[in-house]
Amino acid sequence: MTRALTVLRAGPFTTVQDAGRPGQAALGIVRSGACDRSVYRQANRLVGNPEDFAVLEATYGGLAVRAEADLMVVTTGARCAGPFPHAAPTPLRRGTELRLGPPETGLRTYLAVRGGIDVPPVLGSRATDVLSGLGPAAVADGDVLPIGAPIEPVPGVDVAPVPDIPGGEVTVAVLPGPRADWFGDAGWTALTGQVWTVTDESNRVGLRLDGTPLERLRGGELPSEGMVRGALQVPPSGLPVLFLADHPVTGGYPVIGYVADEPIRSDVDRCGQLRPGQTLRFKAMTS
Amino acid sequence: MRVLPSGSTALLVELDDLDAVLALYAALAEQPPDGVVDIVPAARTVLLVTGPGRTSLSAVADAVRAATPRPDARAGGEVVELPVHYDGEDLEDLAGLLDLSPEELVHRHTGKEWIVAFGGFAPGFGYLTQPGGQWDVPRRSTPRTKVPPGSVALAGEFSGVYPRESPGGWQLIGRTDVAVFDLDRDPPALLRPGVGVRFVDAGSR
Repeated sequence: MTRALTVLRAGPFTTVQDAGRPGQAALGIVRSGACDRSVYRQANRLVGNPEDFAVLEATYGGLAVRAEADLMVVTTGARCAGPFPHAAPTPLRRGTELRLGPPETGLRTYLAVRGGIDVPPVLGSRATDVLSGLGPAAVADGDVLPIGAPIEPVPGVDVAPVPDIPGGEVTVAVLPGPRADWFGDAGWTALTGQVWTVTDESNRVGLRLDGTPLERLRGGELPSEGMVRGALQVPPSGLPVLFLADHPVTGGYPVIGYVADEPIRSDVDRCGQLRPGQTLRFKAMTS
Repeated sequence: MRVLPSGSTALLVELDDLDAVLALYAALAEQPPDGVVDIVPAARTVLLVTGPGRTSLSAVADAVRAATPRPDARAGGEVVELPVHYDGEDLEDLAGLLDLSPEELVHRHTGKEWIVAFGGFAPGFGYLTQPGGQWDVPRRSTPRTKVPPGSVALAGEFSGVYPRESPGGWQLIGRTDVAVFDLDRDPPALLRPGVGVRFVDAGSR
């Protein structure tokens, strides 16, 4: 009996994700990995996997799979409609199906399988990087995903008491970025004083935000420079892009600020759960 | 040297010029500060990224200030030889623009060693600089939507080799058959920061 999961329907967009490819940015390889790292790690813990095992990241639900062996699975993150219990490790017997409806709030749901998704790693990770094309292709209908062998005991948790991902307006903390001076105090006030709307051009690379454009105090070009997840880069349009997991390693537009990230708080993860149309506020954080 | 904030996990070190970047990067890459997982050189900056919760950013800033830049780091390092068919679509026009014959342009490109200064555009793409080369190449006014893999190109003070098919606005002067990024090779990227590159005229095909 081969341990595997057959994908009946991939839904709007599903990829394999793990903790990504740290340490290779100088080669133009971004870290990538799960967009919401905290609930990704939680999914692994709930089925007794090491925290960095590969899982499925479903965007706006819609994923349907069938177990080809007796497996144990769990979903975390955005709670999808349907009979399947959320944040509760559940046996999925051979031949049975799991179908996720659309989530009521939040965007990304993580499906962890005890033993992990065991597709071949690329440069040390099984994550799909949508910008560079590294890692496995996005999950497609009919894919048969191999499942690894369990290596740690089941933690014996029936259900994790987790709050639902918030819908509606979300406020995250923001720190000044390396080029905040390109926008001055007025720019910072404009960034933190208005409500931004997440547009439908957003993806794993970043959230494109709509609002009143930010104005630069100075012209000229910026030589490309390195950046990390959470950067708020401001292109000539004045409308910031909030970079997520698959951001470019370097960029040539000024970064006005950074959304607060681990280890201080996981606000970047919360941004990975925002849907098009949702609104976002940046609250200045003094560090 | 200016140390600029880059969020909760990183610092951006700004330097006067590319030479200073290469020298600092060489020192940091050889002995990364504690807790630093990624060091990303660029044209005027070096980004240092820490692992979550492993170290304080002020300790990293102290380590960077205490590092001794190594301007000599290029000498004696690894050198990659890349045979190039100099038959790029922009060769003739670019040579004209630079007041050179195509042969002279090729001679300048092959005459001196290049150094990989930094990456970032795509996995395995290196921005190559030629010490004393004095290139100043305008980008194409209309970028190509598809540049074939292996294309050898120029823009600004840099040369580069496209690892795979991608859009691009650089001037194409030739093509190499060497795969500069190959997942089945360890390391997969041939053109890593600090590596020397010698372009060789491989004639026409």
